[in-house]
Amino acid sequence: MSLLANTATLLGKELRTEFRSRELLTTTVVFIVVVLVLFSFAINPTTEESREFGPGLLWLAILFAASLMLQPCFLREQANDTLSSLRLAVSDPFSIFLAKLIANTLFLLLTEVLMLPLFAAFYNVPVLPMLHYLLLVLFLGSLGVSVAGTALSAISAQARMRELLLPLLLLPLLTPILVVSATVSVSLLDREPVVQWKGIGFLAIFDLVFLTALWLFGEYLLEE
Amino acid sequence: MNMVELHQVQHGDFVAATPTTTLSPTGLRFENIDKRYGGLFALRRVSLEIAPGECVVLAGRNGSGKTTLLRIAARIVRPTAGKVSFPVAASDSAANGRPGYVAHTTMVYDELSAEENLVLFAKLQGVPEAKARAEELLREVGLCERRSSLVRTFSRGMRQRIAIARALVHRPSVLLFDEPATGLDPLGISWLAKTLGQVNRAGCTVVMSLHGESEISALATRAVQLDAGSVVADTASGSSLRSILTFGVA
Amino acid sequence: MWKRVLLGAVAIALVIAAAYASFFVAPTERTMGLIQRIFYFHVASAWAGMDAFFVCFIANLLYVWKRAPKYDWLSVSAAEVGLVLTTVVLITGPIWAHPVWGIWWTWDARLTSTFVLWLLYVSYLLLRTLIEEPDRRALLSSLFGIFAFLDVPLVFGAIRWWRTQHPSPVIMGGANSGLEPTMKKVLFFFVFAMHAFAAFLIVERYILEKMKNELDILTREAEAV
Repeated sequence: MSLLANTATLLGKELRTEFRSRELLTTTVVFIVVVLVLFSFAINPTTEESREFGPGLLWLAILFAASLMLQPCFLREQANDTLSSLRLAVSDPFSIFLAKLIANTLFLLLTEVLMLPLFAAFYNVPVLPMLHYLLLVLFLGSLGVSVAGTALSAISAQARMRELLLPLLLLPLLTPILVVSATVSVSLLDREPVVQWKGIGFLAIFDLVFLTALWLFGEYLLEE
Repeated sequence: MNMVELHQVQHGDFVAATPTTTLSPTGLRFENIDKRYGGLFALRRVSLEIAPGECVVLAGRNGSGKTTLLRIAARIVRPTAGKVSFPVAASDSAANGRPGYVAHTTMVYDELSAEENLVLFAKLQGVPEAKARAEELLREVGLCERRSSLVRTFSRGMRQRIAIARALVHRPSVLLFDEPATGLDPLGISWLAKTLGQVNRAGCTVVMSLHGESEISALATRAVQLDAGSVVADTASGSSLRSILTFGVA
Repeated sequence: MWKRVLLGAVAIALVIAAAYASFFVAPTERTMGLIQRIFYFHVASAWAGMDAFFVCFIANLLYVWKRAPKYDWLSVSAAEVGLVLTTVVLITGPIWAHPVWGIWWTWDARLTSTFVLWLLYVSYLLLRTLIEEPDRRALLSSLFGIFAFLDVPLVFGAIRWWRTQHPSPVIMGGANSGLEPTMKKVLFFFVFAMHAFAAFLIVERYILEKMKNELDILTREAEAV
């Protein structure tokens, strides 16, 4: 079967599994909400400050949540050694990664979209005017987080102390996403919004670089 | 479910399906396989030629390399050196180079139902009419009534059946089985022996690792003994089947 | 053996000479005075460190391709040396900043990027300690090393172009910002010396790793018996 067909089949499996239990989604949404609330307790921002710091804090919360949400990604394939049966069944091991990273991106995006009204309320940031651009940034940023996160979760699943290891590996790697997404989001949500196309382009390049790296080296990540 | 029904499920006959494609007899060839884990040899220059249609038992103590050899044949583990190939008897038939592999775990998803799992693996391997094939397999292994139950709820015997169904979904010409009898009660072992016998008679080459003599080992046409990663005895070169099977058992 | 001693002696001699040059040959900088002399050490360490990480990257690629343990020994050696040199950069930065501006850290673009670089390779070494089986450790850490190095230009780019909202004092300017010819010569000499020193350290660490590996094999064989 072709790469795309296998990816579609596996994506169906990932989505079906998650929507049956909804464990990941609920815990991730709750986690981001808690983090955002705690941030505002710690910093106690004024309205003006909220506008300036809010998006950065949002992205930080997304990154923390993602590094937790991505843990089970390959761990759940270890329970019954389903990773081996998948590797046996698919024609291109990249389809395993592609399906997982698409699923993870969707889960992250869904969480972010659910979160957006809460974020707008807590931090007094009007998100509606620039919503379509904001969604674009959320998409590109989340894609980057997913690509890197899916790759690294395949690594951390094979090491000890994996719960602590994944954030440790992932967060420094995602610094470019954090910096650029936060900055672009801030200027989008400013009183006089500006769309930083250079930043959006940069996010796309990040995504492309790591997607290519995953395509080239993915099968080695799954090796035994 | 009362006891009578249970027995009926356990005794479910494996009906060899009339395949839409003829199984092309495929053998298994290991050429100078080495597998090193950080300097220590798990397998050392293992060469083995298994003819199409054979039913081979791999015997040996724990740690002798049986599991590693099977996993290399299943292409899950990469050998440090050497090559595995699946020579096809008839050159005009399409080789189904992908072996079926059954190990200690089910290798299916606990959170999906039996049917969903089989459909998934059928689709992934390009088996036409996945749903129909899944239905067929469920009937063959006697899990029809539990088709919509999550695999998480299955007993050990049922887990064995779904694992076998998964391995056979693409009608492999070679079946690899790692210690199939582990955890099975005598009824389960009988069922497994009957199933493997039928699969082998239908033309599938079977290679399985075993301990000791049993109904399952009785199916063997050949036995090979491994010790410390090397082949030390082979019925093909004259060793006795019984002595290979009872290597270290008192 | 004597080749190693020779390399070591030459490398150390070069570093001492470079240090001497930075104190006594280079002219004193106009505005910052004596403390500016740490600049040569700082920049030389930064370049040598980055090159060490590049060696690590190449070794990672070679390991994934060829699977020869020697590439893994080279990776870990280059990563450790790179990390030490990067630590030097992160320490000399504040040492310079404090007398000049009275603050220890300024979130200067290059220093910030260097800090992320440092974190990445700390993670690399940490990952290695958490995988016991040598072949898996080599493969997985090589793959992470490849991802980490691909990230480096993205980190430097992102921080340079998008953290300049709040311009912070730039530590030591660019390497070419208004340097006198003598200063330039001292700088390049120090860079050369640090590279020689890094090479020497990598070689020694490589040999150490090789011996560790041999010992490990012997231990495991003994235990297996």
